[in-house]
Amino acid sequence: MNGIADLPAWAALPVALLLFVGASIILIGALGLLRLRTFYQRIHGPAITITLGAGCVLIASMLYFTVAQARLVIHEVIIAAFLLMTAPVVSMLIMRAAVYRDLRARKADAGATAGGVYTIVEAETPASPAPGKE
Amino acid sequence: MATLLELSIGYALVCVLVAMVLCALRLLIGPSAHDRVLALDTLWMAGMLLALVLGIRFGTQVYFEVAVLIALVGFVSTVALAKFLMRGEIIE
Repeated sequence: MNGIADLPAWAALPVALLLFVGASIILIGALGLLRLRTFYQRIHGPAITITLGAGCVLIASMLYFTVAQARLVIHEVIIAAFLLMTAPVVSMLIMRAAVYRDLRARKADAGATAGGVYTIVEAETPASPAPGKE
Repeated sequence: MATLLELSIGYALVCVLVAMVLCALRLLIGPSAHDRVLALDTLWMAGMLLALVLGIRFGTQVYFEVAVLIALVGFVSTVALAKFLMRGEIIE
């Protein structure tokens, strides 16, 4: 189990392949985070990093340690389950905060719409005598 | 086959590090605060994957616990930051 030199070839090939694919997908996700234009497009970039890239690397790690230690080492399943549970929660929280802040700042070009909920308030605001009210 | 595995581990390390650099760039130039929070969350995830790849490289299980800790702390910090952006305070 000492080092990667004495891993058999039938195990080294899938580990190398999974690492290659996972690392490429992680890079593509981060590139999407940097290159896309608006925030609501940009939030889709890290999703591929967290699900597919992390999944590939976790499966590679599981396979490597199972073969290298000649026993079943699957405690990477903990990380996988945790990521699959928390990634939608985090994504939803950031998205809700972004929509809330964009609507609050009246940033119409950001892409967030209130679905016509706040149009009544928008129409009433100029007529109302209190200018400081939201 | 071992050289192939070494090559692929090196490629994975370089890719994850470049991804972390891209996330740091978005963290620096992000026009709004939620962009920065999203970039920080992706940076946590890339750090966790870097720990996993290093665990494969050195063949020890220590990096697994590092990855678990990074995932847990990253989730909690991102939730706290998103809640701060939403409400202006974390614990109400």
